[in-house]
Amino acid sequence: MGLTSIDWIIMAVYSVFVLGIGVALKRYMKTSTDFFLAGRSIPAWVCGLAFISANLGAQEVIGMGASGAKYGIATSHFYWIGAIPAMVFVGIFMMPFYYGSRARSVPEYLRLRFDEKTRGLNAISFATMTVFSSGISVYAMAKLMQTLHIFDAPLRSMGLPLSAGFHISIIISAIVVLVYILLGGLVSAIYNEVLQFFLIVAGFLPLVLLGLKDVGGWSGIKQQLPTAYTHSWRGMSNPHTNLLGVEWFGLVMGLGFVSSFGYWCTDFLVVQRAMAAESMSAARRTPLIAAFPKMVFPFLVVLPGLIAVSLPAQRPGLLPSAHGIGAMQGETAAAGRGLIPPKINETTGLPMLDTNGKPLLDYDLAVPDMLVHYLPTGLLGLGITALLASFMSGMAGNVTAFNTVWTYDIYQAYIHKGATDQHYLWVGRMATVFGIALSVAAAYAATRFNNIMDFLQLVFAFVNAPLFATFLLGMFWKRTTGHAAFGGLLSGTVAAAVHHGLTLPVGAVTGIKGGWLATVHTYPSEMAQNFWTAIWAWSVCMVVTIVVSLVTQPRKEEELVGLVYSLTMRTSEGNLPWYQRPEALGVAVLVLALILNIIFW
Amino acid sequence: MGLDIRLPIGLLFSVIGLLLVAFGAFSDREIYQRSLGLNVNLAWGVVLLVFGAIMLILGKRPSAIRPDAGSFAGDAGRTEGER
Repeated sequence: MGLTSIDWIIMAVYSVFVLGIGVALKRYMKTSTDFFLAGRSIPAWVCGLAFISANLGAQEVIGMGASGAKYGIATSHFYWIGAIPAMVFVGIFMMPFYYGSRARSVPEYLRLRFDEKTRGLNAISFATMTVFSSGISVYAMAKLMQTLHIFDAPLRSMGLPLSAGFHISIIISAIVVLVYILLGGLVSAIYNEVLQFFLIVAGFLPLVLLGLKDVGGWSGIKQQLPTAYTHSWRGMSNPHTNLLGVEWFGLVMGLGFVSSFGYWCTDFLVVQRAMAAESMSAARRTPLIAAFPKMVFPFLVVLPGLIAVSLPAQRPGLLPSAHGIGAMQGETAAAGRGLIPPKINETTGLPMLDTNGKPLLDYDLAVPDMLVHYLPTGLLGLGITALLASFMSGMAGNVTAFNTVWTYDIYQAYIHKGATDQHYLWVGRMATVFGIALSVAAAYAATRFNNIMDFLQLVFAFVNAPLFATFLLGMFWKRTTGHAAFGGLLSGTVAAAVHHGLTLPVGAVTGIKGGWLATVHTYPSEMAQNFWTAIWAWSVCMVVTIVVSLVTQPRKEEELVGLVYSLTMRTSEGNLPWYQRPEALGVAVLVLALILNIIFW
Repeated sequence: MGLDIRLPIGLLFSVIGLLLVAFGAFSDREIYQRSLGLNVNLAWGVVLLVFGAIMLILGKRPSAIRPDAGSFAGDAGRTEGER
């Protein structure tokens, strides 16, 4: 890997700053509102950058690069239609209720709008989910540090076994995150997310620029790769003519509508960042400001993957191997593609083959290999710092969302009502320790029982899929009742599970991939199956919620003021200059996103 | 919140920028084979240093009065939840 002192110094400087921010913020943490909601005092641009960084964990950076290498520029759909419209919607239409209702969390909004059981369902599933996501993120980081052999040299010099690197990565990152959240609460998390945003840009921009120069720019990539890689929409009419294996309707409805609105509009992890804003107008601008960098992020995170597959198959010997199989590089390079090496079976050390006998490619190494390929020591340290920063802030984001939901929506609601604010502040700090300990435990569970993690992620997907239908009806139809919301969520989740149990992606084995009830339909790809699972869950939740609402007693209208669109005064932003008005920003964002889609059609 | 985020960002990037510039100025040309023969440490170090300096200047400047700020001020310490 070839890290030298300069790389270590950069990583150390970053760690000192992260902890320093926590120390500097400690004196401002006086009440639970300071700790959980950053005192509702953060300027819009800071919340905006934290809003996207909270989502840009390193798994995303690695994963989007991997998808870029596998699916080409169509991966940008996860940004251009899978995020932008939802971000505009949450800013313009939903933030007035989240921020205006003064709910302190998304589950609390559900409690105000519907009832206790709907809040409980959402709070408990969300809290469980954040702990496991954080654990999976920690696991992925430790694994990557091991793959990149980051700690090998120092471990060798200390005479410790190389496997200790895995534990060291977990322990160090857990301690750093624990300390800065304990000290500065949500403000610490938000500030570090902003720091991470700039670090990702600083670490990845030189990588992309060097890569583009090497392959001859976008036109060079176009020459090297089949056209399917460089067009995002062409071929979307049929799942067999594009690399994603989905058709446009499944893509637009499943990803662009159900999944994306479900995530960006209802996930407390991101919504919490906007709730911390200093004013209603700042809260509404948060997702809109976030949308601008979000739109161009594919150039930072997807393009490295495309560059990695555009390069000629590796010149053996020249490439400092990121995966430490230098000896095998010569023979296996032919089986790899560009910078992407074949997947190696950890026990036999041989390349893994698919059912047709072709070697499987380890796309997750696209980004790490690019870093090692182009960045000399110095910038390499910065690139790795950027990855570390995104792992840690991914963990911190989950932990801050967890401690808030735990304290306000579980502890205060069901365990100990009516205690002093100082008591809840203390509980929040304890929840932070507990949440991080659980994440670490989940990370270790992931090393032993990989299937359990896959299974849990699947269950979370089922729970999340119908959420947006509930919020949409709750915010825009005053007739929606609590029983209906609860019933809709449950039946939507069941529908997702049943749909998954009845379908299978082509070529997959019955089990975790689906078909465990019976296989009545085969999808052309796993992605198509996921999108349709979401569409089914959402539709069932929508229908059940409407039907149950019509037969149950609605709440009195005066109780719903500030919670439902038709009963809430429009916020007037007439005193703001036009470029600060959410509507103007929203239109600008959508026009730019449209232009990008046309350019990369 | 009392600490302007631009100060730590400015400081961090200035320090990293300086480190990269200094390292780039004295480093062996050999290591830039990977980066197409360009001394990217020096060049990118300068970019980060400039960015850091701008952030520091912006953070030090007395902040302009925002027309919309503070409409929910005085929120701190509010603990409702039992409505």
